Amino acid sequence: MAALTEAEVVDLAASSVRDLNQALHAPQPAVSWRVLNPRGAHSVACGLKDEVTVDIAGHVGYYCAGMNQHATVTVHGNAGVGVAENMMSGTVRVRGDASQSAGATAHGGLLVIEGNAAARCGISMKGVDIVVGGNVGHMSAFMGQAGRLVVCGDAGDALGDSLYEARIYVKGTVKSLGADCVEKEMRDEHLTELAELLKAAEFDEDPADFRRYGSARQLYHFKVDNSTVY
Amino acid sequence: MDSDKGRDQGKDTVRDTGMDFASHGLRESATFDRATIHAIQRAAATGVYDIRGWGAKRSLPHFDDLLFLGASMSRYPLEGYRERCDTDVVLGARNAKYPLHLDIPVTIAGMSFGALSANAKEALGRGASAAGTSTTTGDGGMTPEERGQSKHLVYQYLPSRYGMNPDDLREADAIEVVLGQGAKPGGGGMLLGQKITDRVAGMRTLPVGVDQRSACRHPDWTGPDDLTIKIGELREITDWEKPIYVKVGATRTYYDVKLAVHAGADVVVVDGMQGGTAATQEVFIEHVGIPTLAAIPQAVQALRELGVHREVQLIVSGGIRTGADVAKAIALGADAVAIGTAALIALGDNHPRHDAEYRQLGSAAGYFDDFQDGRDPAGISTQDEELAARLDPVEGGRRLANYLRVLTMEAQTLARACGKAHLHHLEPEDLVALTIESAAMARVPLAGTDWIPGAVR
Repeated sequence: MAALTEAEVVDLAASSVRDLNQALHAPQPAVSWRVLNPRGAHSVACGLKDEVTVDIAGHVGYYCAGMNQHATVTVHGNAGVGVAENMMSGTVRVRGDASQSAGATAHGGLLVIEGNAAARCGISMKGVDIVVGGNVGHMSAFMGQAGRLVVCGDAGDALGDSLYEARIYVKGTVKSLGADCVEKEMRDEHLTELAELLKAAEFDEDPADFRRYGSARQLYHFKVDNSTVY
Repeated sequence: MDSDKGRDQGKDTVRDTGMDFASHGLRESATFDRATIHAIQRAAATGVYDIRGWGAKRSLPHFDDLLFLGASMSRYPLEGYRERCDTDVVLGARNAKYPLHLDIPVTIAGMSFGALSANAKEALGRGASAAGTSTTTGDGGMTPEERGQSKHLVYQYLPSRYGMNPDDLREADAIEVVLGQGAKPGGGGMLLGQKITDRVAGMRTLPVGVDQRSACRHPDWTGPDDLTIKIGELREITDWEKPIYVKVGATRTYYDVKLAVHAGADVVVVDGMQGGTAATQEVFIEHVGIPTLAAIPQAVQALRELGVHREVQLIVSGGIRTGADVAKAIALGADAVAIGTAALIALGDNHPRHDAEYRQLGSAAGYFDDFQDGRDPAGISTQDEELAARLDPVEGGRRLANYLRVLTMEAQTLARACGKAHLHHLEPEDLVALTIESAAMARVPLAGTDWIPGAVR
């Protein structure tokens, strides 16, 4: 939170989320923003498309930084459902915990959750990198298509259910694996990419402490021996 | 057995060509008819359920069961060709900075690139633009072919979010949040491996050749309260510029429409069970949802009770084929209709010129529904480059525009006969029903009576 004094300050106790977002969407917006009194408001700083930095001083509701492109958004508090949903690029960091469906369907960028993430973290992820400092809830990375999910704590039930090509790294325990999700060998290239992800997320964990999970690819076709009759 | 041999063996021998089964005392079971027997045999042979395209094929109460009461003594008609009968419609003026202004109340329903070839999507865009109406993307993102050729393009927001991109969202003229479709209310999208080519796979972030099973629920919201927040987010991302539609498959339509309006929809799209699909289980297509005819009055009742009929527009789809269907849907309270299957037929789907090739695929012109298979000889429901090249997008667009104009002129003909200077002036009072079922569903009286079954008098 350097250079706070130079930041454009928007107090949501006095302005609406709509005014904030429209100001952020304006051509050539200020490069640094500080949002006060978010008070759990929904859709704060969503649809950003420029390289701006937004610091939100407090908790946010649903869809904070939704569909983010290029911006760096930091929530100094907890985030509600679907933080950084469908993010394309940029960085979103939650200093506290995140509710369910964090990073849902996101295509790119980096989502860091320093606390815990609830159920369905990374659901239908399509290329985003998600690094969670704590635990993730059940059905995380459900139908994950691409990207990496790193969990420094434990994972809940049905991790990686119906997974496509997303890769999952978990340091702690996995309560259960979902359909078609299996543990896979941790090779050098995986240790390397995990080290890069942990570094990008600014976590000190040792990649060697993690295990890797991925798709067994058994659900890719309805029934292989009958494929000609579909 | 060959037929000559059959004839030689006398009157009790069943001949295999031109046979009169009944005269031989043969009787087909109404319960186990030949199609049913074939389905059982197919299931027994393969161990998988049948997946196909198209919508419900069973006979259902439909617009054909309604008739217009033309003007005579108590009403007077308008002159065809000389007195105006307007057809324009404004969609989404409730909240959006830029509502859609369409010249005709017939739109093109959502059909994905992936399910359809790029040429087919381009042809839909060309035809719709020429006729002054909108097209809709589908489960698989927006293609340049479609955006480039569509004057008005509705961008679908689906559970899978394949290819969902904020840049495309900002390029769209409206956003349609899809909860379901008439062919499979409660089911997710499906695209089989033979259509997941490099380009389709790239747009959807999927491995090439997988049997794609889309999610049936949205990944980041559940229920109407969450949908309210989601619609708010979509408005925020697009600066409140674009109309937001909510599309539902017709089931509990009265409640679904009320909830959609409460959630903030500018336009509600209701798709009846005759609505088409590119790939769905046969059991789903034929056994889930309600007919379009039964859905419209429920939707209109919901809008009226909320005081937003005509303010929140209603688009109805599922089995629209003629200008009569258009006029009847509007008379029952729709603001516009959407066509899918009929638009593909206008492009060339199921044309008799492809009959020999349909037969090689085990089908025939007029029966072809294997859109899931990707081997469409008309070049429409395919990703095969050679097949797709058979559809000339300019020529296809011209045929679609022709068809849209005919639909509009037919609807105008009926409206003028009822004395209406705008299609939207048509009303349920202009209609009667031919059957008790259609009277009860459409909530118009049985012809020659004042009886609406189920209505409280």
